[in-house]
Amino acid sequence: MGKKKPTSTYDLRSNSEQEERHTMSVIVDNEPGVLARVIGLFAGRGYNIDSLTVSEVEHEKQLSRITIVTYGSPTVIDQIKMQLERLVPVHRVADLTAEFGELGAIERELAIIKVAGKGNQRLEALRLAEAFQAITIDATLESFIFQITGRTREIDRFISLMSHVGLVEVSRTGVAALKRGAEGL
Amino acid sequence: MQDKISGAEMIIKAIADQGIDSVFGYPGGAVLPIYDAIFQQEEVKHILVRHEQGAGHAAEGYARSTGKTGVLIVTSGPGATNTVTALTDALLDSIPIVCISGQVPTHLIGSDAFQEADTVGITRACTKHNWLVKNIEDLPRIMHEAFYVAKSGRPGPVLVDVPKDIQFALGDYQNLNKIKHKTYNPILNPDEIQIKRAIDLLLNAKKPIVYSGGGVINSGKIASDYLTKFINKTNYPITSTLMGLGAYPASEKNWLGMLGMHGTYEANMAMHDCDVMLCVGARFDDRITGKIDEFSPNSQKIHIDIDPTSINKNIKVEVPIIGDCGKTLKKLLDLLPDNIEKIQKPFTDWWDEIESWRKIDCLKYKKNADVIMPQLAVERLYEITKNYDTYITTEVGQHQMWAAQFYKFEKPNRWMTSGGLGTMGYGLPAANGVQVAHPKSLVIDIAGDASILMNIQELSTAVQYRLNTKVFILNNSYMGMVRQWQQLLHGNRLSESYSESLPDFIKLADAYGATGIRVKSPKDLDDTIIQMIETPGPVIVDCQVASSTNCFPMIPSGRAHNDMLLGEDVPDEVVANAISDDGKVMV
Repeated sequence: MGKKKPTSTYDLRSNSEQEERHTMSVIVDNEPGVLARVIGLFAGRGYNIDSLTVSEVEHEKQLSRITIVTYGSPTVIDQIKMQLERLVPVHRVADLTAEFGELGAIERELAIIKVAGKGNQRLEALRLAEAFQAITIDATLESFIFQITGRTREIDRFISLMSHVGLVEVSRTGVAALKRGAEGL
Repeated sequence: MQDKISGAEMIIKAIADQGIDSVFGYPGGAVLPIYDAIFQQEEVKHILVRHEQGAGHAAEGYARSTGKTGVLIVTSGPGATNTVTALTDALLDSIPIVCISGQVPTHLIGSDAFQEADTVGITRACTKHNWLVKNIEDLPRIMHEAFYVAKSGRPGPVLVDVPKDIQFALGDYQNLNKIKHKTYNPILNPDEIQIKRAIDLLLNAKKPIVYSGGGVINSGKIASDYLTKFINKTNYPITSTLMGLGAYPASEKNWLGMLGMHGTYEANMAMHDCDVMLCVGARFDDRITGKIDEFSPNSQKIHIDIDPTSINKNIKVEVPIIGDCGKTLKKLLDLLPDNIEKIQKPFTDWWDEIESWRKIDCLKYKKNADVIMPQLAVERLYEITKNYDTYITTEVGQHQMWAAQFYKFEKPNRWMTSGGLGTMGYGLPAANGVQVAHPKSLVIDIAGDASILMNIQELSTAVQYRLNTKVFILNNSYMGMVRQWQQLLHGNRLSESYSESLPDFIKLADAYGATGIRVKSPKDLDDTIIQMIETPGPVIVDCQVASSTNCFPMIPSGRAHNDMLLGEDVPDEVVANAISDDGKVMV
């Protein structure tokens, strides 16, 4: 017996299983409480949520699309997908990462970022924004708000640079994702 | 076109259209229109319980013993919150029940009105699905959808929250029983390729075993018949979970007894040493597997389950088969070669090995001429009641395990117990539910002295409806299983596990208008049991048993199947050191 305290002897997750980041699309009936069911499932079973985006996508059919970025061992990721499929108002769950690979799905996120500063700091912020193709959507004599769209990693990088030139606060939409090619889900 | 009817009437009509003859419930302000509708019809009988939790367990007993869906009706606020334990119990044991809860009128929702609670919010985590009805037009659809969701796929509890104004509102009712659901359509028919892979594995097995569970019971009696046929054809040894008892007759020679924490030595050893395991409708619960990474290390596993999330959740399996147990077993039987006894590898050595484990006689216990051993009490109860049309329920604890070990179940739907959630107080209301569904049968709640007090008020329900529910208390004046764990884990410091000030169960029965019988001596045991059966109406037997007896065999938490504590001669220091420090964090 090793020294390591097990969280549970019944714990399945062996150390050999690497955690993976997966993006899932969940098509649900847009009815009251549906988001609570999805989030409750993650909270209740101890799954992780990195990002969550939800909005109605087909008004006529009252369908919403929930995009969830999660991470876990392959076993846990499989469980998450099957647990989501089991919810009554869920039409379809697609694990974009598993089904189409890192390159098979497009992921985009939008962030708006407020920076405040004077003089050179201000110039530097503008130059960086230009380099990242961020748009200036608000400006005062002491501040800017930039809007940037892109992959999560690019936005992370932009924000981390902004922290050196007067970052005040950030608001992000979370990830929206679609598979590439002609077909839908 | 029919005349418009009220929401309250629709609810009762939908229940009747679903073929449910009895419901359990408790009235209150927010369900008065429904109770008014109940009063004015005769199709659905209402059983008044004494606490809403009791209504939930009674509905479970009704469902489990009939294969139908159980229904309960409760008021808003406390009525609804009192059902949470029963709903969770049904969720973990996959029992189909529909809970109709009243709610404050729609315009008051969110205003902290009297007896308002966020019932759909509270019960979201303990139901398969729930609905808040906001328009009368939706009510007929939601009612039938509720029954559909409760019963299909892996069964479970659902809740429909109906505001009082919706109960009064008028609308058109339609019987929407047979409509295909737009999203929830579980897979029932298994993939044939997977079945063929399973057969390939089975035909080459040298040490096969079948491990069945509650899924076989839920799939209906036909599934149990197919399971028995399958065993007869293959001659495999078979064990079962607590929830699956009765799916295969316990008197048959291939039966190894229950497996798991308090399962038999032969069942657990066979599970540990097998080379091919066929799991039918069970879910590799921690009470079954013991230590995960030492669970049946050399076997290839086939897992039949209707719920895809059960597959690979705790134990990785080689051949998953998603489907209904009955349909899958039928397909398996169809595809099994006719001359299987010639094709399959002989496994006489395996049976010899199993016989050697059986010889240990792991359930043996010290006989005592002066004190009733709890095991003896259940053994005698079985011997005397086996030729009756008997249904057994239990509470939770040592008595439950003794019942599972010593009462032999020959048929499905005869055994009602709280397995997954382990709800003390389940047995008496569940027995009432069973008795309502089977008025002429013998229904016995095997109880403990602590558990029975958790829902003792339901004795009043039994008296009111002249139910013949029998309560057989194995009274040892302790919360026996708690004490057993304190002896194993906590240096015999028996913190709060002694039942101080137990009531006089004879006077208690008398106070409720039932009959109480006390028995203290083994020589009076049989007569008492016979007297219990022959006395009409509800009866409590206070069977005073040896107080310090513990429940063995046992796999201490954190240990593997082949590492069991056996019964009678366990020295104190073995008990004290049975669980390692790592094991102590486990439940």
